[in-house]
Amino acid sequence: MSTAAQPYLVFDDITKTYPGVKALRGVSFGVEEGTVHALMGENGAGKSTLLKALSGAHQPTTGCLRIGGIEHVFASTSAAMAAGVAVIYQELHLVPEMTVAENIYLGHLPQHGGIVDRTRLNELAAIQLRRLGEDIDPATKLARLPIGQRQMVEIAKALTRGAKVIAFDEPTSSLSAREIEKLFTVIRDLRREGCAILYVTHRMEEVFRLCDACTVLRDGAHVRTHPSLQTITPDVLVKDMVGRDIADVYGYQPRSHGSVALQVSGLTGPGVLAPASFSIARGEILGLFGLVGAGRTELLKLLFGATPATAGSIRVHDAPVTVRSPADAIRAGVVYCTEDRKKEGIVPIRSVMENCNLSARRRHVSLGGVIDDRWERENARAQTTALAVKTPSLDQLIKHLSGGNQQKVILGRWLSEDVNVLMLDEPTRGIDVGAKSEIYKLMFKLAAEGMAVLVVSSDLPEVLGLADRVLVMRQGRLAAEFSRADAAPERVLAAALPIDTAAA
Amino acid sequence: MTASSSSVSPLKSGGAAALLDRAGMLLILALLVIVCSFTVPNFASPNNAESVLLQVSTVGIVATTMLFCLASGNFDLSVGTLIPAGGVLCALVLKDTGNLVLAISAALGFGAFVGLINGVVVAKCKINPLITTLSTMMMVKGVAFVFADGKSIGIANDAVLNLANAAFPVFHNERGGVLFQITAPVWICFALFFLFGFLLNRTIFGRNTLAIGGNEEAARLAGIPVDRVKITIFVLQGAIAALAGVLLASRMGIGDPKTAQGIELSIISACVLGGVSLTGGVGRMSYVIAGVFIMGIVENAMNLLSIDSFYQYIVRGAILLSAVLFDRFRTRR
Repeated sequence: MSTAAQPYLVFDDITKTYPGVKALRGVSFGVEEGTVHALMGENGAGKSTLLKALSGAHQPTTGCLRIGGIEHVFASTSAAMAAGVAVIYQELHLVPEMTVAENIYLGHLPQHGGIVDRTRLNELAAIQLRRLGEDIDPATKLARLPIGQRQMVEIAKALTRGAKVIAFDEPTSSLSAREIEKLFTVIRDLRREGCAILYVTHRMEEVFRLCDACTVLRDGAHVRTHPSLQTITPDVLVKDMVGRDIADVYGYQPRSHGSVALQVSGLTGPGVLAPASFSIARGEILGLFGLVGAGRTELLKLLFGATPATAGSIRVHDAPVTVRSPADAIRAGVVYCTEDRKKEGIVPIRSVMENCNLSARRRHVSLGGVIDDRWERENARAQTTALAVKTPSLDQLIKHLSGGNQQKVILGRWLSEDVNVLMLDEPTRGIDVGAKSEIYKLMFKLAAEGMAVLVVSSDLPEVLGLADRVLVMRQGRLAAEFSRADAAPERVLAAALPIDTAAA
Repeated sequence: MTASSSSVSPLKSGGAAALLDRAGMLLILALLVIVCSFTVPNFASPNNAESVLLQVSTVGIVATTMLFCLASGNFDLSVGTLIPAGGVLCALVLKDTGNLVLAISAALGFGAFVGLINGVVVAKCKINPLITTLSTMMMVKGVAFVFADGKSIGIANDAVLNLANAAFPVFHNERGGVLFQITAPVWICFALFFLFGFLLNRTIFGRNTLAIGGNEEAARLAGIPVDRVKITIFVLQGAIAALAGVLLASRMGIGDPKTAQGIELSIISACVLGGVSLTGGVGRMSYVIAGVFIMGIVENAMNLLSIDSFYQYIVRGAILLSAVLFDRFRTRR
């Protein structure tokens, strides 16, 4: 085979074995120059492992990469960088305390005899940023930029190193709609310049809007590469990913609602600028939609006592509740599944069992706070079984589980409590299709049993698919309310968009 | 009792590797004892065993609570001066009142009070524990010197001297001298190993400690009273350090503000040597016991071999560094 006929980036029969796990089983496909190639698959399908082989973070057990016809097995991330590969992860690898320019040129700052040439540094950085259509002062501290612009800095950093292969790992998961548009423009420009782009995502809509080709992985194996997306439908990709059809992702069915479970009056606090008042009934699923930064998470954190409220009152089952800390909220049966699983949800270096029992174990102790170890094991087993958590054992460290399974363990943590109100903040972010539909089913089941569910999501179809009623937040305020029947996507979205950005 | 919880901890896979992983430092300790028995003259004698036990007891006692401190992702330097301060305070109160209970309570109360300051500053004011306890370490040192007026204070009270010298069992040699005995500080040390090992593994307090060290924010959002746990840890740490000081003073017969210099680093090194993570979330009492004894035995062996104390520092530092490197190498793979 001549090298000219080969795609620019080729994964050639890549296998990666961890002790006891085959993470990749002979994955082969190519990414052409000047294309955006989507990489899809459920969590645990092997996407991250493949990216790690590309970035040089891990070495494949067998197989190799070919870039421009040259064989590579990257021993380190710097070797990958030297070969023109850049991987832009969900969590950006930038130094918040340094300036934008310093971040872009970190590791190869322009210098004269060891002294950084600041003028030149800022000039060069400004050129790079302008190339991406960003008008950022290079001397700004990175920490002061919103997340979307930080991502642009990361891209600029990759470009200054002459990256020709650029991989994005779910780049839009924390971006606003406008930031996503900007990112797409930049990616299209990079494509025009001839970069080979690998784009990992769970969002079907992005694949069809942005990408030229698509490869699907399942259980570490290569399922199929679609060289063109013209003729296929999302259903085909979903089927490739899960190996089966998913008829209706949500499966919403109307339920009867009971008495008021949670009554919030005039709640204000950091991030919630106008007094928020609303209620949820038993058995109701209330969707809370808003753009990133609209104050949704902040509102939930006030309800949970994670940040102190400045005013307002909360009633649970018609009894007043004082919430000064998460412990108070949990005692009242108000629990909160955080948006950022890794930072605020799991204790990574502890076991599945510990993570599952983290909260409820306080109630299962004998004298002197000694934990009932039989309860511990039984509860963890019952929860993980009921939620179908995939783990080799209860003693497995939770960090080794996939995102979906981690989320289920956290849900198990809360379902070990007597829950009146379940608050879920982006419960399906970064979770594969299969686990998503399981979590949807669970929400419906819990609601049918009489739980009040409050769910926050940036994914509009998700909110509309799940909720009986939708609240919309905009710029720190509750802006609108829609019944399920009235909640047409365009109306809900219109209510969420900032009205006057100049005034904000 | 701790066996029931530790027997379920290893992963189901990889028997030998997992065993080595868990028992690693205990195996090295066993190996060290065997090697020293054959190569170091007088090492394997009852008399020497007695003195090793007594020597490690001070570090061992304070290491039990230091384990909690490190496991929660914190750090405590102030124990280094709380040990002499506890001894001085006990000796002083004893001199003035002659009341043993009062003397010990005063020392422990002072330790707990310093711990409370540490805990509140670290937990509530969110000041770095290294800086906080460095400051209190200096202040406590000053307080000890002021109380003692810079001198060491003799203890003439038999009850106190008996406190450290009480022993059970005592074995005599044929000439009627003491062959081997386990003295009170050693028993106290063992009791604390057991007590705090149990607390860490089996109680809410201990598990919450590990959860806080593993991910403080997640622990807080799971309803764990993070600040209260941290403050409790520092208060216990202070009281236990003062207790170690009282025992040391009663053993030496004086409350000396200049004693035990640099012991805080020996305590932390022993924990780290055993495998307690400085970043928190990981720790077992067996790690601490292994670390304390490895340090103590190496020191004892070097003394028996008459190695100059200057060289001993080099060896101890090198051992600590290699243990940490070994651990990093092991967990990387």
